[in-house]
Amino acid sequence: MAKKKTEKIVYGVIWFVTYLVVFMVGYIIFDIVIKGLPAISWGFLTQMPAKSGSQGGILPAIVGTFYLVIGTVAIALPLGIASAIYLNEYSKPSTFTRMIRLGISTLAGVPSIVFGLFGMGLFVLALGFGKSILAGSLTLACMVLPTIIVASEEALKAVPDSMREGSLALGATKWQTIYKNVLPYALPGMLTGSILGIGRAAGETAPIIFTVAATLLPRLPRSIFDQVMALPYHLYMLATQMPNQTTIKPMQYGTAFVLLVIVLGVDVVAIIFRSRLRRKNKW
Amino acid sequence: MVMIGNQTPPQIDEPEIEIDVQNLDFYYGKHQALHDICMSVPKGMVTALIGPSGCGKSTFLRTLNRMNDIIGGTRVEGKIVIQSKDIYAPNIDVVMLRKRVGMVFQKPNPFPKSIFENVAYGPRIHGIKNRAQLQEIVERSLVRAAIWDEVKDRLHISGLELSGGQQQRLCIARALAVDPDILLMDEPASALDPRSTQRIEDLIAELRGDYTIVIVTHNMQQAARVSDYTAFFYEGHLIEFGKTERIFTKPNNKQTEDYITGRFG
Amino acid sequence: MQKWKEKAVKLGLLGASSTSILIVLLIFFYLIKEALPFALDPGLSSLSGSLWAPTSMLKESFGILPLLTGSLLVTAMATIIAIPVGVIAAIYISEIARPAEREVLKPFIELLAALPSVVIGFFGLVVFVPLVKSVFGLSTGLTALTGALLLALMAIPTIISISEDAISSVPSSYKQASLALGASKLETIFKITVPAALSGIVASITLGIGRVIGETMAVLMVTGNAAVVTMNPLTSVRTMTATIAAEMGEVAFGSHHYRALFWVALILLGITFALNILAQKALSKYKLG
Repeated sequence: MAKKKTEKIVYGVIWFVTYLVVFMVGYIIFDIVIKGLPAISWGFLTQMPAKSGSQGGILPAIVGTFYLVIGTVAIALPLGIASAIYLNEYSKPSTFTRMIRLGISTLAGVPSIVFGLFGMGLFVLALGFGKSILAGSLTLACMVLPTIIVASEEALKAVPDSMREGSLALGATKWQTIYKNVLPYALPGMLTGSILGIGRAAGETAPIIFTVAATLLPRLPRSIFDQVMALPYHLYMLATQMPNQTTIKPMQYGTAFVLLVIVLGVDVVAIIFRSRLRRKNKW
Repeated sequence: MVMIGNQTPPQIDEPEIEIDVQNLDFYYGKHQALHDICMSVPKGMVTALIGPSGCGKSTFLRTLNRMNDIIGGTRVEGKIVIQSKDIYAPNIDVVMLRKRVGMVFQKPNPFPKSIFENVAYGPRIHGIKNRAQLQEIVERSLVRAAIWDEVKDRLHISGLELSGGQQQRLCIARALAVDPDILLMDEPASALDPRSTQRIEDLIAELRGDYTIVIVTHNMQQAARVSDYTAFFYEGHLIEFGKTERIFTKPNNKQTEDYITGRFG
Repeated sequence: MQKWKEKAVKLGLLGASSTSILIVLLIFFYLIKEALPFALDPGLSSLSGSLWAPTSMLKESFGILPLLTGSLLVTAMATIIAIPVGVIAAIYISEIARPAEREVLKPFIELLAALPSVVIGFFGLVVFVPLVKSVFGLSTGLTALTGALLLALMAIPTIISISEDAISSVPSSYKQASLALGASKLETIFKITVPAALSGIVASITLGIGRVIGETMAVLMVTGNAAVVTMNPLTSVRTMTATIAAEMGEVAFGSHHYRALFWVALILLGITFALNILAQKALSKYKLG
């Protein structure tokens, strides 16, 4: 019976540890929602920051993050989907293919701050884009590219080979087959998978510090060569670089809340979309 | 009678030959899957390929429209002459070949599109854009595949919503829509219930004469019912080929006899 | 004409998929290019010191030892916390939780991976820092331990997610054989299932460490950023990532300090690259068998 008792204790410990993690997740989200929600007002969302960010709103940071995400998607999505199509539909096992795969997994492991340095060196300085939406988006695109490739490849793999064979047997060329009878079915899966990576781009700070982020820029960007404020960097500034931490607490929580809503909101939409898709696509 | 291979000179009462296979070897990497196949498939007839699983009959079928090309590391030696052209010659356009040689697969594979779009897929690929013309082709193909009456009022619903048997006839209609001369069928009824199987067999009988049909089947009775000629494959070799009637009544080869009488496979 | 188009499409797609290699090569090339001149002047030996004072008025000093020990200390502690927690939670989710419970738990914990690191850093700043300060009676809560707690939190979803996949893909025939021999469910889990999933678990840990060592914002915000050589978890430390983030914005382009920071980045990239290769090895092993 001693054995039974030990087992009970072990089960208890396992349960406790697991729900400790759950509790932490819940606590973080709960804390930010509870304290961030009261800080949200129409003015907070639509006004320029005032008094070096300690008052006023966060409109330019929201808009900046929005532009960065759009820019990142516009660059990384076509590139990632094209890569995935090549890898899944065309590539044969070869040294070159292995090198591409190694490149993708290496890229996935590069620390975000290193992307920041790289972006600063290549896009800001060498190519002369300056600290700009363009340089920031390119840097973030490099970072999320592996996520998009992997997600897109999964989606392509989910399309049964019988779709390809059926089309080829009718005399379609390979590209006709992919374009007309594989991509349309894989596209929703590609997009949902990619959204998860794009959510990450919205929340990243380190890659944008040296490539686009402005500490305080109370106006909206006019071109892709403009600097912008961004929510994650703004939160970092508010949380670490300001005196009178207690009085700006609502500003911090409000910013964190908006960032959280954007990142998690995007993810939740993707997850719902994906589960719908799974139910729909029975071949 | 037709002998194994094409060594026999053509005779007057011989049917016209549609597909002439000469000394065909086929390799998956280093593994040789087909050995020195020689066979003349007569035009407008139904030819059944039988044999135990893994004997190479499906591989052989897929050499006829070069569907094996899409698997990496395969290699073909010998010749397959269709309508007096070697289909493995370097200047052959695989797209045109597959347009002439249609294929129906083991598992019905309608595309997740509407019935109309399924059938119109092939013609569209081959450049037909005119809506009226497409409609005409779709109707003709569905009628020919004996499914028109069942679907004519709901051409917009997804092909996936049909029953298995209907899906397979839709796939046949889809193959017919590009106006092929030859129809390859890879165990087209193996995933279907007996009633649907019956309908597919009836359909094959209807199409006979207008199309040269090569059908792989693991079902001996089916081969006997639907085919004019039968080829028996075993371990990558063509053991015997001849009129179905004779193969099933007086096989020349002991292995053929053993297989047909159910002693193995 | 059509053949020509097919070839062009294939070539275009090939080009697109080569960009990944190109970016990796450019990253290495650029870091090396910016770091290299430092090896000639003032020389690599000046990196080996134990004093990081790149802006000192008296004498600049670029000893990266405190940064390395800072990263090492924080990463090691985070790993020690995250491994048991992550693996145990993975076991619970895949082997013990009811199916409906699993369906909720997994995505919920994966939410943690989606939280931006700056949000986790902020949360650490307002919750963990005061907590550590009062529990240990310190003058400041900005310590290596605080950073390690946050990093553990960030590594845990990676470890759980991949370990859970590995554990659930152990064939149930193994488990049934063990249960049929009279082993209890727990004995089966620890003696059969977990060992069978080991290479997947190892891969998850390696990837988790990779994420932790490269993490910037959370450590920058809560570790206090004092560049000292220490193994005391209750003191302030400064990691490699935080150093780059905090100093790169202010250095003069092309200065010694600038190039020293690129050395730090290069070392960091080397470490994550090696970890990534290890993880891929472990992953391919578990996917094969």
